[in-house]
Amino acid sequence: MEPKTAIETRDLTKKYGELIAVDKLNLTIDHGEVFGLLGPNGAGKTTIISMLCTIVNPSSGSATVNGFNILKQSSKVRRSIGIVFQDPSIDDRLTGRENLQLHACLYDVPAELAKKRIAEVLNLVGLEDRADSTMKTYSGGMRRRLELARGLLHHPKILFLDEPTLGLDPQTREHLWEYIGNLARTTEITIILTTHYMEEADQLCQRVAIIDYGKIKVIDTPANLKTALKGDVITVTTTQTDKLATRLTELRLSQHIDSSKDSIRLSVPNAEKLIPKLIKIATEIGVEVSSVSIHRPTLNDVFLHYTGRDIREEEAESPLRKFMMMGRPGR
Amino acid sequence: MSELRKIYGLWHREVLRYWREKSRIVSSLIMPLLWLLVFGSGLRGVQISGGLTYQTYIFPGILGMTLLFTSVFSGVSVIWDREFGFLKEIMVAPVSRPSIVIGKALGSGTSALIQGTILLPLSFLVGVHLSPLSFVILLPTMVLISIGLVSVGLLMASLMTSMEGFNFIMSLVIMPMFFTSGALFPLTSAPAWLRDFSYINPLTYGVDVLRWAAFSGADSILPIYIEFLILLLFAAAMIAACSYTFGLKK
Repeated sequence: MEPKTAIETRDLTKKYGELIAVDKLNLTIDHGEVFGLLGPNGAGKTTIISMLCTIVNPSSGSATVNGFNILKQSSKVRRSIGIVFQDPSIDDRLTGRENLQLHACLYDVPAELAKKRIAEVLNLVGLEDRADSTMKTYSGGMRRRLELARGLLHHPKILFLDEPTLGLDPQTREHLWEYIGNLARTTEITIILTTHYMEEADQLCQRVAIIDYGKIKVIDTPANLKTALKGDVITVTTTQTDKLATRLTELRLSQHIDSSKDSIRLSVPNAEKLIPKLIKIATEIGVEVSSVSIHRPTLNDVFLHYTGRDIREEEAESPLRKFMMMGRPGR
Repeated sequence: MSELRKIYGLWHREVLRYWREKSRIVSSLIMPLLWLLVFGSGLRGVQISGGLTYQTYIFPGILGMTLLFTSVFSGVSVIWDREFGFLKEIMVAPVSRPSIVIGKALGSGTSALIQGTILLPLSFLVGVHLSPLSFVILLPTMVLISIGLVSVGLLMASLMTSMEGFNFIMSLVIMPMFFTSGALFPLTSAPAWLRDFSYINPLTYGVDVLRWAAFSGADSILPIYIEFLILLLFAAAMIAACSYTFGLKK
């Protein structure tokens, strides 16, 4: 019998010395769901994934993945999941096919079946033509696609994607979204995705959890989260802001009216319906409006609402250091 | 059985990588040739008991040195796998830690076998006449020595955070192991304190077995079967130690 829950965590906690990377996380993810873990750099997303993939042991608390305990049945957990890591994890001296063959060996995919599956996943990510070139000749996007293919090779029930499109150009990103979206629609697979690209989460995820300082700030569907931010923002540009703002306040057109030197911002539940009324009022009192714009809350606004606008410390593994390591001889 | 296939997969990867890097194969042969042909010629006047020339005498020692350098380096190179992320793919796969270490060790053993097959026929250049039997004994011994040494490299790598520590390993582990192994001079003429070091150095027994095999029954420090046993135990102990350190989770 298939367990209905793909992932369940109970007070999952990870401490690194004084730092609490993940703080008593309680999370349930259903089978077949595409679930997004969002959060700023260093919020604990990768640590959560690492614990669920049994690479890192929790300091306290526990979790089950596909019904298997991450501490006691790590081998069964590993067999049932596929992972695309945040950082590249392919052997670039080997060809694409050789990387996949090694993966098939490591995950007990029988040789005959592996042959068929390799053709299948290469086709899925559109890399059949390049399968026999060494990975060194692949572009960043192609590497990522091969990693995605590799993660699917052993038909995992859950696929973890840790920042799958980090550092890719917009075209490649769109392509990857398409692959992932297709996968979610056409198979039973559960996908857990971490990202800090809000568009990505909005487009792919059925539910998202916004995480900060190792805790879940909020968890819901992207649509509900946006609605919960209470409506749209209308910005009116005019030279006579005071006059218009006073009138609008009198008429109680909006709960929140901010006026500055040359613009007024109104928070309203439904912007389209209000705009004709707004223009009419302005005309009545003889205020000339030079422009009106509507801003719909995006997942980005939701994200900033829950995590604040402070700039975060960069993660320890800075790109500069990596760049410097690349130049080392004797590899 | 399934673990065997995983070991095979990891071994195959090592071999593919080794084979694609022809320059590494060539460069691993230059060092021993320099030692044999230049250093060996320079010290030709040195008298070795048993009527061997110095060049002939050091041949098995240079084989041991080649294994030492390439195997330890091959083990340490797992740092690159860590740096470039590939290690994660292996570490998160449902593979037992000993299988990971054994796969790597066998891969390095295979490169030792290839090197040996290239180096051994060159022995005639320095006046060593290998019998077919010597070949049969030398090659597996080289593999066995290599398996132990690659694990030394892996163990070092697990203690290092970056390739910066490699010089440290070079001067604190590799060079002392080389110099005290009896590769370059007979230990019988060494002072007692040096001999003590030699006797705790596993490579000493490796070189001794190689020498015994190359010169068809030269005197050995301990009975040959015991030296074999030491090499075997050393390889097993190192694999166990590496499996342990690889199994540690953060």
